Amino acid sequence: MNGSAANSSQPQIEIIRRPVRIQLTYWQSVRRRLRRDPISMVCAGILVLIIAAAIFAPWVAPADPYKTSMLRRLQPIGTSGHLLGTDELGRDMLSRLIYGGRVSLLMGILPITIATLVGSSVGIVAGFLGGKTNMVIMRIIDVFFAFPSVLLAVGLAGALGAGPVNCLISLALVFTPPITRVAESATTQIRNQDFVEAARATGASAPSIIIGHVMTNVSSLILTYASGLISVAIVLSSGLSFLGLGIAPPTADWGLMLNTLRQSIFIAPVNAVLPGVMILITSVCFNLLSDGLRTAMDVKP
Amino acid sequence: MNLAPATTERPAHSFTGPSNRVEEDRPVLSVHELKKYFRLSGGPFGAFGAARGYVQAVDGVSFSVAKGKTLGVVGESGCGKSTTARLLIRLIKPDEGRILLDGHDVGGPKGISVRELRHQVQMVFQDSYASLNPRHTASEEVSFGLSAQGVARSEARKRAQEVLDFVGLEPGVFADRYPHELSGGQRQRVNIARALAINPRVLILDEAVSSLDKSVEAQVLNLLIDIKNRLGLTFVFISHDLNVVQFVSDRVLVMYLGKVVEIGPVEQVYQSAGHPYTRALIASRLSMDPRRRISAPPLVGDLPSPINPPSGCRFRTRCPIAEPVCGEKEPLLVAVGNGPFHVAACHALAPRSGHSLAQQPVGRTVSPSGARVP
Repeated sequence: MNGSAANSSQPQIEIIRRPVRIQLTYWQSVRRRLRRDPISMVCAGILVLIIAAAIFAPWVAPADPYKTSMLRRLQPIGTSGHLLGTDELGRDMLSRLIYGGRVSLLMGILPITIATLVGSSVGIVAGFLGGKTNMVIMRIIDVFFAFPSVLLAVGLAGALGAGPVNCLISLALVFTPPITRVAESATTQIRNQDFVEAARATGASAPSIIIGHVMTNVSSLILTYASGLISVAIVLSSGLSFLGLGIAPPTADWGLMLNTLRQSIFIAPVNAVLPGVMILITSVCFNLLSDGLRTAMDVKP
Repeated sequence: MNLAPATTERPAHSFTGPSNRVEEDRPVLSVHELKKYFRLSGGPFGAFGAARGYVQAVDGVSFSVAKGKTLGVVGESGCGKSTTARLLIRLIKPDEGRILLDGHDVGGPKGISVRELRHQVQMVFQDSYASLNPRHTASEEVSFGLSAQGVARSEARKRAQEVLDFVGLEPGVFADRYPHELSGGQRQRVNIARALAINPRVLILDEAVSSLDKSVEAQVLNLLIDIKNRLGLTFVFISHDLNVVQFVSDRVLVMYLGKVVEIGPVEQVYQSAGHPYTRALIASRLSMDPRRRISAPPLVGDLPSPINPPSGCRFRTRCPIAEPVCGEKEPLLVAVGNGPFHVAACHALAPRSGHSLAQQPVGRTVSPSGARVP
């Protein structure tokens, strides 16, 4: 308050302190609502289990995922010593699935995180500035929409060359445009609201309005959308590995395992399907959790 | 540039009175020939394409407000009232014209910055709900502007509590509430608190009570008058409700299609309106007296398009006394009756204008900003 003390017309006001009622912040209430949703909690539990197993793979896995055995190839589920059987080179399936989660989850979460950071900052800036800047940025983004996402990922990964880092880069590039578009349209809506005008009228600068007013309203939308994309990224990275553009053998990766077990599908169909089942469970859980998150975040303002 | 009516209002005694009296008589806010045309862009290239035309939202508006006074701004929807409000606080940049705060040009080379303007002038918006961030509590909303201006967070919070209490919201109860947990009147109080937190001298109220129901409207109106008296604020009160404007204003400005058609002290404008549009507006008010029924609308037709306004006098298409001269030249603001502070832009009032109702004897012509021109 510049000079408020000197302003004699400003009456001195005594504040009466009363017991403050319990008021949850926005994120607290979201967490509470999410906790009351059984489907989301089951999915979150499964995901925590898979992620924890992937992180602590060396301690959790019963066997070395790279130890081959020509004698014990394609053992069925329930074989002693190999709970989920073995693959075409006699490696323990359970261990490989646990280790495979490391790469697959990383390929699902990391590109989306990068894409969210880049896409939302570009989208928010474009949406907030509006006008010609917005138009130039969004038309460039539109170019990416001309290609189907799978084709774009394959094309980019192919052009950059096979390898986990290039696969990650191409996935991040593929998912940036849709996130940018969501962030831009959400920001454009918020920008025209009266409270942004009011904030400008109080003399707030553009960065402080973006942080204080735009982000608070846009972040939940972007977060819900991005969390739904994680499952797509997992499937897409599995697809890239399947095509030989992502992870190279013998690294355990769900998509790659699906690829190499393909030849054995008539001999040991259950073993061949197992990596696919893991991809399915993980992506369904991410999708359902993202749905639950959207419901929980949709606090009627 | 002392053409503002308020400076000419009390010519002599301001020099004889105490020095603070001189200060009071000076206009806090004055506006000269403010102009804002909105570009209509079309074609496949949007903002890059050629303009399809311009919406003449505000076209040469001049007025001034004296310290501690209230200027009421009335007019139909779309006449440029809200655009004027947004221009006053520089939410949009005027194409032409000057805004003077205490005689300092806003945004000018020797004047004050827009930032400084926003320290001194604040605005309350019409939609109490849309103008509050749904994710901010009342105290966050009120303190946001202060923190953004660099006041320490704890200091801003303390100030927010004070101001909330000042507008009649118990901080212990309301400080942590979200907009959806507040009623319409309470929300508008938060809006007023947000504006007051900056400690402004001028408050622009853009339809601030229009969206409230009648009982709450009266409460908020009384609160505003109370605030004005206690803090010595100057108000620009924009409304389409003529009764509310009559209640709060000292002077009234009537706008039609981006132009000022009449300015004057509230009683004079309401009792002896000079412009046919003002007369029609005042006649359209509903009366509590059953003997004074209104059977026919005093004004027919819609507002003409501001993209292509009528030539000459913009009101002539709906005016009951329109004559050929009204389409030929634009009327200037001329004195209505005896008072030099009550002016209206109508050819029927201007001597020798060519209008059949115009008086022939020599009168005084007044320039648009209110000063007498010999």
